[in-house]
Amino acid sequence: MAQHRAAASERSAGDLLLATGLFLTRSESTEDKRVVFKEGGREGDVFYRDRWSHDKVVRSTHGVNCTGSCSWNVYVKDGIITWETQATDYPSVGPDRPEYEPRGCPRGAAFSWYTYSPTRVRYPYGRGVLVEMYREAKARLGDPVAAWAEVTTDPQKRRRYQSARGKGGLVRIGWDEAVEIAAAAHVHTIGAYGPDRIAGFSPIPAMSQVSHGVGARFVNLLGGSMLSFYDWYADLPVASPQVFGDQTDVPESGDWWDAAYLVLWGSNVPVTRTPDAHWMAEARYRGQKVVTVAPDYNDAAKFADEWLAPHPGTDGALAMAMGHVILKEHFVDERTEAFDAYVRKYTDLPFLVELVERDGDLVPGKFLRRDALPGEEPHAEWKPVFIDARTGEARAPHGTLGHRWDEERPGNWNLDLEGAEPLLTCYEAGGETRAIALPRFDGDHEGSAYGGAADDSAADVPEVGRSLRGVPVRTVGGRLVTTVFDLLLAQYGVARPGLPGRWPSGYDDASEPCTPAWSESITSVKADRTIRIAREFAATARDSGGRAMIVLGAGTNQWFHGDTMYRAFLTLLLLTGCQGRNGGGWAHYVGQEKCRTQTGWAAYASAMDWTRPARFMAATPYWYLHTDQWRYDTYKADALTSATGPGRLAGAHTADLVAASARMGWMPSYPTFNRNPLLIAQEAREAGLPPADYVARELASGDLRFACEDPDAPENWPRVLTVWRANLFGSSAKGDEYFLKHLLGTQNSVQGEEAGPGDRPTGVVWHGQAPQGKLDLLLSLDFRMTSTTLLSDIVLPAATWYEKHDLSTTDMHPFVHAFSPAIDPPWQARTDFEAFQALARRFSELAEDHLGTATDLVAAPHQHDTPGELAQPGGTAPDWKAAGVPPVPGRTAPAILSVERDYPAVAAKMNALGPLAETKGLPVKGVSFTPDAEIGWLAQRNGTSTEAPARGRPLIDTDVKACEMILALSGTSNGRLASQGFERLAVRVGTDFDELIHGSAERRVVFADTQHGPTPVGASPEWSGKEAHDRRYSPFTINLEHDKPWHTLTGRMHFYMDHDWMHEFGEALPVYRPPLNMHRLFGEPEIGPTGEKAVAVRYLTPHSKWSIHSEYQDNLLMLTLSRGGPNIWMSPHDAEAIGAEDNDWVEAVNRNGVVAARLVVSHRMPRGTVYMYHAQERMVDVPKTETTGKRGGIHNSLTRLLVKPTHLIGGYAQFSYAFNYIGPTGNQRDEVTVVRKRTTEVQY
Amino acid sequence: MGERIGKVMAQVAMVMNLDKCIGCHTCSVTCKQAWTNRPGVEYVWFNNVETRPGQGYPRRHEDQERWQGGWKRTAAGRLKPRAGGRLKKLATIFANPKMPSIQDYYEPWTYDYEHLVSAPLGDDIPGARPRSLISGDPMQITWSANWDDDLAGGEELGSQDPIVQKIGDKVKFQYEQSFMFYLPRICEHCLNPSCVASCPSGAMYKRAEDGIVLVDQDKCRGWRMCVTGCPYKKVYFNHKTGKAEKCTLCYPRIEVGMPTVCSETCVGRLRYLGVVLYDVERVGKAAAVKEEQDLYEAQLDVFLDPDDPDVQAAARRDGIPERWLESAQRSPILMLAKRFRLALPLHPEYRTMPMVWYIPPLSPVVDALSETGHDGEDAGNLFAAVDTLRIPIEYLAELFTAGDPEPVKAVLNRLAAMRAYMRRINLGEPADESIAEAVGLAGTDIEQMYRLLALAKYDDRY
Repeated sequence: MAQHRAAASERSAGDLLLATGLFLTRSESTEDKRVVFKEGGREGDVFYRDRWSHDKVVRSTHGVNCTGSCSWNVYVKDGIITWETQATDYPSVGPDRPEYEPRGCPRGAAFSWYTYSPTRVRYPYGRGVLVEMYREAKARLGDPVAAWAEVTTDPQKRRRYQSARGKGGLVRIGWDEAVEIAAAAHVHTIGAYGPDRIAGFSPIPAMSQVSHGVGARFVNLLGGSMLSFYDWYADLPVASPQVFGDQTDVPESGDWWDAAYLVLWGSNVPVTRTPDAHWMAEARYRGQKVVTVAPDYNDAAKFADEWLAPHPGTDGALAMAMGHVILKEHFVDERTEAFDAYVRKYTDLPFLVELVERDGDLVPGKFLRRDALPGEEPHAEWKPVFIDARTGEARAPHGTLGHRWDEERPGNWNLDLEGAEPLLTCYEAGGETRAIALPRFDGDHEGSAYGGAADDSAADVPEVGRSLRGVPVRTVGGRLVTTVFDLLLAQYGVARPGLPGRWPSGYDDASEPCTPAWSESITSVKADRTIRIAREFAATARDSGGRAMIVLGAGTNQWFHGDTMYRAFLTLLLLTGCQGRNGGGWAHYVGQEKCRTQTGWAAYASAMDWTRPARFMAATPYWYLHTDQWRYDTYKADALTSATGPGRLAGAHTADLVAASARMGWMPSYPTFNRNPLLIAQEAREAGLPPADYVARELASGDLRFACEDPDAPENWPRVLTVWRANLFGSSAKGDEYFLKHLLGTQNSVQGEEAGPGDRPTGVVWHGQAPQGKLDLLLSLDFRMTSTTLLSDIVLPAATWYEKHDLSTTDMHPFVHAFSPAIDPPWQARTDFEAFQALARRFSELAEDHLGTATDLVAAPHQHDTPGELAQPGGTAPDWKAAGVPPVPGRTAPAILSVERDYPAVAAKMNALGPLAETKGLPVKGVSFTPDAEIGWLAQRNGTSTEAPARGRPLIDTDVKACEMILALSGTSNGRLASQGFERLAVRVGTDFDELIHGSAERRVVFADTQHGPTPVGASPEWSGKEAHDRRYSPFTINLEHDKPWHTLTGRMHFYMDHDWMHEFGEALPVYRPPLNMHRLFGEPEIGPTGEKAVAVRYLTPHSKWSIHSEYQDNLLMLTLSRGGPNIWMSPHDAEAIGAEDNDWVEAVNRNGVVAARLVVSHRMPRGTVYMYHAQERMVDVPKTETTGKRGGIHNSLTRLLVKPTHLIGGYAQFSYAFNYIGPTGNQRDEVTVVRKRTTEVQY
Repeated sequence: MGERIGKVMAQVAMVMNLDKCIGCHTCSVTCKQAWTNRPGVEYVWFNNVETRPGQGYPRRHEDQERWQGGWKRTAAGRLKPRAGGRLKKLATIFANPKMPSIQDYYEPWTYDYEHLVSAPLGDDIPGARPRSLISGDPMQITWSANWDDDLAGGEELGSQDPIVQKIGDKVKFQYEQSFMFYLPRICEHCLNPSCVASCPSGAMYKRAEDGIVLVDQDKCRGWRMCVTGCPYKKVYFNHKTGKAEKCTLCYPRIEVGMPTVCSETCVGRLRYLGVVLYDVERVGKAAAVKEEQDLYEAQLDVFLDPDDPDVQAAARRDGIPERWLESAQRSPILMLAKRFRLALPLHPEYRTMPMVWYIPPLSPVVDALSETGHDGEDAGNLFAAVDTLRIPIEYLAELFTAGDPEPVKAVLNRLAAMRAYMRRINLGEPADESIAEAVGLAGTDIEQMYRLLALAKYDDRY
């Protein structure tokens, strides 16, 4: 009753009102008067309609670092860019699978903020004190080059502007003056020090090929060095050249769909491959199982059926244990036919390895080669052998490197076994066996490195050093041999009856590598889970025909020993026959740089149409030396070598090894010599000697030295550095503070000490005082203010991605598409293309009087995919200097090549396609294209030059024409060249390539196609996989389906690497190497609390959700969606240890630098590890630190370069150098830091 | 049906498949860029994405004890706005205490970016410090639209999630038990919108042709009762114009046949848009069913079957255009919500009859199961696994079914069944009809679900 009354009273008030209202407006209503229907009254809607209206929509994309290569629609209203949304019109990849639409992420969607943002660089700027001194000198001397020379060589003036770097004081200057200063610096440097003292840095060309290429072309025409980025970023997986003889050839994301089992290993796909992540989410619906391996519960773990969380950096142990299970269950206990057949044909497992004695042990040595057997064969030292089970005889099968470069007998470089049955194992009943010593490193952990139960219980720390295990042996050609397969079983601890040595008793034996229990003691991942996942992985691979895939990311790649981890991962894929299959194999997604239109871009960027070779430089050793980080290395090679190795590197400092790699022609090295190469060429001419002979003589006498043997001598410094499409000093510079201190000579917060006398190199000169301020000019082109622009001497205002023409490709999808300007570059911004044109033009003018034409001597390393990779048979380290013998250029030393530099003609050459394109051909991966018809087409399409020496040559004087050139000169976009290349390849290989030759000839993509929308490209010898409208790209499918060898020593995928240095470091076979022990190497505190309110932690820098790739940390939208400034993620346990709460300010300090950030406390973080997400700069909301009183650093202020010596190997088969193909990585994940709560108020 | 069909109306509705959401916030950014990157609405995100468990935006918006949004069922079975009826509103019009403050959203900011370019030569590298967009003063940043993204703040912040507080220790903030999922939110364009009912000026309305709920910018007087009335806190106050603004379901795009910005730019491909027909005369009753846990079914019952000839006749009677009728027949929303019963309403207990529905997240499932020693690949075990999900069913049930776990379990079982069923086909094995039957479906149903959820072609999503 009471209820009823209450309801009635409600009715009386509310309903009365409603009824009155309805009566007054006479609107129709529902019976319950809940809804009232009205007409009209929509005038207020007009606001949103106006807001939505726009004048045009222009298709473009974002052009740096990001591998998304997404097509975006940019909306323009009243000449103003308003916003962007993703294009959705990608060509279909098939009715039976999802599509690529829409591609794009929040970073991309926030890009247009930059167009009119307050951080936009609107005008050219110069460092005030420098400009002032330059103007004064120029007024007095009347010549820009003389003025530059004076300002940079007067010690006081030099100090004055160098020490002002990064401290504000940039002044607006005109384009003409900015370009003149930069041009004068280039001219002066070439004349005074040599062209190889000039460097350019611009990463990831695939995503804006012309913007990258135009600057690279300029630098290369001068004879400067373009610095690599892929290895420098630690994105390059060194295991890829080692195992495949190819760099990062991976499936497009659409091929994840084909996988029946997907492991995301150290790859947080939703964050780092946002537009591709849907393939994973969707493939689960067709029953794909997803396993995520990551130390934190990350965005990808959300999707995983299983989340495995090994301690950071121990992933290799987990993979080794999975390999143990697969080897035991599919190769020993039972034989899985498909796996067996695969490894015999496509891997080096059946090949023979000689066992040699070392320090009383028998150890694996070199591959047994054809030259060890009776009879003659060409290139026999490059032909490893196996035993043919049919005959019991050893033989060299087709397809080895010796066959590849046998020009006399083409057609034998293939995987056709001609009926032979490679013997996988020497094991036989009653057969001979031997115990061998194998390296192990698993005891080298930091004592208290990790929290968690597993560590606490791991009481028995295994001995560091070696395992003694048996292998079956045979005697072939008088030598004791076994197979790689037998070695692998021994390395993985998979026992067979009757073999000597120590073996694990079972999966649960934690005392011996590589059992699941052993892995558990290292990783904390439970043994039974490891076993189960290994079983599922292999069973799925077996049942699906190789459709098991491992997606790999920075979380595993960016460790010092990331290559050994990768080899353990690849082992799983190779053993189960997954590589070269759609839906299977490795999928490495870390900063990949796949220019699908490879040959066209390479021709343009390297200027190989005019001069060869270019001075492409491996950036890690470059920065290691030139930023003096080597002076802070306090350990010797012995700290990393194996107890089972030859021991020849004992006492060597890493800088010694870098220098040795340059001397032997393994790695490129620029500046090369301690004299101007133009001068050396002149001396050689005067001496009447061929340049190579002259250089050899001078080196042997010691009159000429490699610059890397004395990097701190002023004549060996880099002098001019141009950075564009990049933020070197705010992002990628590992050891950022060392850059500031030694390269730039300005304020820094390096905290550590230099190496003491006992820790210094012996073959590299040590100066008592390290130089501060090596670089004369830092020039940057950017559209926003970064650490790099703030530190630059000259800043040029660049057009954004929505203001120019260019091309974009990626490995993530099979399309090429265009940038198009939505608006003209506003204010005084210019495209990179226009800026470099202006620079080249002014340079050429100044060069008339100052440089003229000169001969340059280029020292070129032994080059992969050329006969140069046959330089050093047997994989030795022929250090002529150590041996006291003269160098042999091209064999034991780099080749010395003369290059004519017509400096006044640089601008003319930049703007026209040179004659070497067709006369010498365009090389790519051992094949050469002859683009004669294309040159004719380009001449008609683009017009021809009227300027000597380019008269009559096709013009490439606009960005669109350059795009057209790139598309015309690549087989992926020009089927005629693909067809031509496949035809030539078929001659060398000798198998049936008809499908490839004839499948592509009609394809032709021109720039207009790419502007209309993403346009599919096709198969080409530039890549190892097939692709077509009905075929997703997966690498090595050409190898598998056409018996084409891999570009390796055996022509197969390699488990075994017999180079001397691989033996030195115990990495001839896959092996588990723990994270570096920073306590032992550098005296950093051990992980754990370090006293009151401070904790030492593993310091990881994964890619951020709110910046990086197409976006940067300073974007207001991204900052608003995150936490507005730099932060460090920490576990609640560690936060408690330092008495800090969420959002408290903390300071992180180690020997490399100081970082100020706010804390993010989250239980998704493991104890003992912090994350400072990548590319957090020092510019936005960074206070002064308590430690230094100066502004805090960037995320890379706490890291530094640590060069892994095995990455320096060259001159030997797949280990030979190529740009961004092999080289030391700028790895940074082994680092530790101390974090403490800030105690004083923040000051800016 | 049998019942008389009342007035037939069409609603453009949305389904989001949370099982596919990668939490990337592209939807938020494209929406913001298109609609609210202007003064007065700096803090406004018509579309936002929340990490759950987490407090959301504005902070703890689900705490209706505090914010008093949505409808309340009276003892007599009638609905009234929780914050009080019109008379009460008129009485309190100048002082509305039940509204989130700017600090509950967040204080928008920018930085002194110009300083980077203009800094004179000094003794340190220039920096850009944060500055409030409200006051113009330097500020320290302590909250944002997405502060607890990816479990940031851990237990300290997560324990303030109203659902966590409700279900207690089912949610553990520990490393080993970590879980999260993402919840993108826009205006629900409710069938029974409490914001519209709250507006004293009559400025809010639900469009008759497509059900989009809008604020008439000319009529709005800035009373902000809608902000209180909306239990989802999806009506915002523009502090510059003094008027309310909200998600418009991108009507300028919808009207010309384009999907909303958030849908089309959803790179996880998880959003579906479609037309549903409903009987407007049944809404009031359905929204007022006694038990909160019956609201989900009640809401489904309001939807009309567009293949039913009686419905078609009634729709034509009520002026529904033929194309809309066709759209309703092809509607992915109807398929996902009603036919396959995969999508669930967000907080049906608010009784607003929301029109943005969600497929709850399945994963990770085998992980939990394998801990118990079972083979996760086995279809039979998959269903058992749903009970041991990392994400507690109770949490999802509090979001989508007023706490009833059964409908949530049923959805997750169907998703699991789809995986098991399709895995066999993927591996070249014969289809196993029993898997489909186990979740009350036929193999052909599973294949249709798969087409919609996995292939998810553009034309099928919108």
